[in-house]
Amino acid sequence: MQTIFTHETDRQGIAVLSWNDIGAPVNSLAQTAVSAFAAAMETLLDDESVRGIVLTSGKADFVVGANLKEIQTMPQDATTLLSFVMSLHRVLRRMELAGKPVVAALNGTALGGGMEVALACHYRIAADNPKARFGFPEVNLGLLPGGGGTQRLARMLGVQAAMPWLLQATQVGTQEAQAAGLIDEVVAATDLIARAKQWLLENPAANVQPWDKKGFRLPGGDVQSAKIAQVFMGAEAMLRKKTMGNYPAPQRILQALYEGCQLPLDQALQVEARYFVELLLSDQSTAMIRTFFVALQDANKLKNRPQEAEKKRFRKIGVLGAGMMGAGIAYSSAMSGMQVVLLDTSQTAAEKGKDYSAGLLNKRVARKKMTAEKATAVLAAIHPTTDFNDLSGCELVIEAVFEDRNIKADVTAKAEAVLGAEAIFASNTSTLPITGLAQASQRPQQFIGLHFFSPVDKMPLVEVILGEQTSDHTLAWALDYVQQLKKTPVTVNDSRGFYTSRVFRTYVLEGMALLQEGVEPALIENAGRMAGMPVGPLALSDEVSLELMDRIASQTRRDLGDAYISHPADSVVQTMVHTLGRIGKKSAQGFYDYPDAETLADNKDARKLLWPGLEAHYPPVQQQPDVDSVKQRLLYAQAVEALHCYAEGVITNAYEMDIGSVLGWGFAAHTGGVISFIETIEGAAAFVQQADRLAERCGGRFRLPEKVRAMIAEGRSFYS
Amino acid sequence: MSEAYIFDALRTPRGKGKKDGSLHTVTPVNLMSGLLQSLQQRHALDTAQLDDVVLGCVEPVMEQGADIARTAVLMAGYDQQCAGTVVSRFCASGLEAVNMAAAKVKAGEASLTIGGGVECMSRVPMGAGGGAYYNDPAVTDRLSFVPQGISADLIATLHGFSRTDVDAYAVESQRRAQQAWDNGYFNRSVIPVTDQFGNVLLAQDELMRPQTTLESLSQLTPSFIKPGELGFDAIARQVYPQVERIHHVHHAGNSSGIVDGAAAVLIGTEDAGAALGLKPRARIHAAASVGSEPTIMLTGPAPSARKALKNGRMQASDIDLWELNEAFAAVVLLFMQEMNIDHNRINVNGGAIAMGHPLGATGAMILGTVLDELERTDKSTALINLCVGGGMGTATIIERV
Repeated sequence: MQTIFTHETDRQGIAVLSWNDIGAPVNSLAQTAVSAFAAAMETLLDDESVRGIVLTSGKADFVVGANLKEIQTMPQDATTLLSFVMSLHRVLRRMELAGKPVVAALNGTALGGGMEVALACHYRIAADNPKARFGFPEVNLGLLPGGGGTQRLARMLGVQAAMPWLLQATQVGTQEAQAAGLIDEVVAATDLIARAKQWLLENPAANVQPWDKKGFRLPGGDVQSAKIAQVFMGAEAMLRKKTMGNYPAPQRILQALYEGCQLPLDQALQVEARYFVELLLSDQSTAMIRTFFVALQDANKLKNRPQEAEKKRFRKIGVLGAGMMGAGIAYSSAMSGMQVVLLDTSQTAAEKGKDYSAGLLNKRVARKKMTAEKATAVLAAIHPTTDFNDLSGCELVIEAVFEDRNIKADVTAKAEAVLGAEAIFASNTSTLPITGLAQASQRPQQFIGLHFFSPVDKMPLVEVILGEQTSDHTLAWALDYVQQLKKTPVTVNDSRGFYTSRVFRTYVLEGMALLQEGVEPALIENAGRMAGMPVGPLALSDEVSLELMDRIASQTRRDLGDAYISHPADSVVQTMVHTLGRIGKKSAQGFYDYPDAETLADNKDARKLLWPGLEAHYPPVQQQPDVDSVKQRLLYAQAVEALHCYAEGVITNAYEMDIGSVLGWGFAAHTGGVISFIETIEGAAAFVQQADRLAERCGGRFRLPEKVRAMIAEGRSFYS
Repeated sequence: MSEAYIFDALRTPRGKGKKDGSLHTVTPVNLMSGLLQSLQQRHALDTAQLDDVVLGCVEPVMEQGADIARTAVLMAGYDQQCAGTVVSRFCASGLEAVNMAAAKVKAGEASLTIGGGVECMSRVPMGAGGGAYYNDPAVTDRLSFVPQGISADLIATLHGFSRTDVDAYAVESQRRAQQAWDNGYFNRSVIPVTDQFGNVLLAQDELMRPQTTLESLSQLTPSFIKPGELGFDAIARQVYPQVERIHHVHHAGNSSGIVDGAAAVLIGTEDAGAALGLKPRARIHAAASVGSEPTIMLTGPAPSARKALKNGRMQASDIDLWELNEAFAAVVLLFMQEMNIDHNRINVNGGAIAMGHPLGATGAMILGTVLDELERTDKSTALINLCVGGGMGTATIIERV
């Protein structure tokens, strides 16, 4: 076994125990690390010449958390997992109670399990490392901090102050961590070990944790005090409002706090461990870990990038069209260190596009997220112009002009005329097939789709679309560009609506189909949110604009002719647009009435309300469906369409399908994404059964592709 | 099985449940034992004949803790053979105490009992006892707990009761209560609370605002907007997803008032009464409790009324007067709608919106109120009930003899 811990004891009896997992890129709470930690700690605690211990790391970071991949390879039963968790608690309790002060010398990031180890030390000193992050990210993966984090943090800060760290997975740098009380001191990196030693020499008696002292009281009030009892009541309400009850992890965190903080720490750790293991064994954490840990990391590291092409770092790019999307792409690119030529038909329009960046940068400076000098430099990197010759030297040009084939063809030709031979060209279209657009290109191998989402500066996903002739080399560079933007790419093949727009559409259409059947609009909207979608389908239709949906539907009908498959929502869109003239949010009238400026001035809390006239056109039926069946339809409509994409080869990487569904159109994140929903949450066989039932009751749009049906029948996983 | 007769029903006036309330200086045990003494004196009761005193108390903690029924029995100077116990069915505790006291008589376990209740809300505030029901996240999540006011607003939302509807109900409650006091309808049963020198601390219900008008109520801000926004509206919508938004219509003026008060109902077999020279005023004909959906919480009255009617082999049309605790105006409006009851046959002398709701005592209090009214108007039957936290209802049917 490789050595993970080394230690050195100085003449004054201060031991420095260094954690350096040679076999891994970072220190984590792998099984080997935990047992090695126990052994090393035991040696030092038993050594009478050792008066105090500095625990630090030999890596750039301290400890980054549990080893989730390894945990998933352990036998997935409660006994095994509990015994592993309790083995960590044993060494941490031994360390806390042995009578020798232990200081955590945090040279870098301490997240999750790493932070929990630090909390079990008697004192925490962090190096002033600007890259270091501190916090508890577990809840984002459907877990809770299972290394004593819920218990020790609450005992340090009080229940109320601990809640946001645990429930919202807040991560902060050293200064904020110190201000919050997570860390006791911050010193220069070069002084870290010396200061830790000094502290131990000055505080030989600081060897008992507050919670192990007689008469310890929870800061901020006991659980059953009137104040904290109220905090729990309110916290649950806020949680249910935010999560719709879809996330057991924050729920179990509240329970662990409530129950554990009424117990001595040793029993409290058992309570926490039970909840941790319960979550670890759940389908939800399996799905969330796979998507938000494994798949997200893989996508961000470009695991599926064609390896042949050399890595590209972009220095200069061009953006055609300085509207909302173009301006956003220009901003994100400039922020990532690129020179950006921002081109539009008039200088005013191009300047306006640049102003968008100026606005965002000013906000960053005002919020102290950026220095004024840096902001000026970023803004200076954007060159607004009307002259295609300025594109010379660009390694990538992205067009974000009006969704019109002729205009796109025109700018493609003009740009290619000045571009170097290696440069690639991308279209930010969200609707037009890439292969068709590539016909306007002299070099369709270097033509690709980069589908950004709005607003570009906030939305983390980019859908990378391959035309028929797009080369691997072009794909590799496009992925490199997305990575340089620090965004997440998913790669799809050409198809109408690609992957995200195509599947997203089924959600809003299903909402309208339900309306058309006489389901109460409020029930549809609540069901959408309760299913885990960020916005109800009718509100979303309003936001997208019913007019736009009508236009796209007409275009599609024209394009496909007899092959067009009608949807029960088509007539709803037509009625709303053509009969009722309610085209959506931009006209303040759609499925909802939107408060106008005057109303908002009177009452800033005025909110949109479902249009009362809807009832007359879509009278609610007497017998309303139960909410679960409405939720099911809204999610299944999307899931079935995703499977069609899969069967047609539009996108076949289940991991990317999951990531793309959540980051792209906000598919219920608690399911881990659309394929996770099918295979892990519903179970593939049960999913087929339910989809068949829906196909029978509601129509062919719920019919599964044969290829997928066969695959599921054979018991094959989408992830294999 | 024996019949359980009501020989008498007394109550204290209700004091404002705040520090400036007239009963704030009276400890709960003194308030209750004082009322027990009055009952004993009125009938020259041989308390050695009493088997048990069952008292409702919603916050049986602090100075209302440690079995305040037994404590009050002893402090009242009752014979030590008389036992005492405390029950909680949230807001229906006082009525449940009467039902249990009656059930003991009917079952032959006791021949003479007292059912009643005590709640000094100015001294032991609501929530003083904590409770998993309010605070334990495992419970509040599973039960989709919301505060009662949200439930009441949800009822109004689902059944289309407007702010004017609930306010109009409240105005009428105030008018009726004042009229009843002005005409002395409560004189027989309300026993003034005095200090040790016999000086009266309070003789009348203190909270009443007879000048209340629709206009004055319209100035009040709904009480549950903030907790609703915090998240409780969202929880209510998750249980009632047909609701787009909760209309918050309840406020201090159309909800029951926070007060101090106590009540006692003397119950027994015919023989036990005869031996002590007590004349039966009515009998407990039937009773029932039900559970209902806990988030909306306050829809138990109709099912509990129906169940009590069924237990008593009666029809709604057999009931002369209805008395439903005015926890929130919408609760009574819904009950009237569901049971098809005319407003002039329910809560005819006002209710808790005007006079207050001393949680553990109210059930026994309103039973006495309606019994007085049956006698005054020479009617026969009344059904008393209350909506209850946690989603319950408790009802009792009494019949004059």
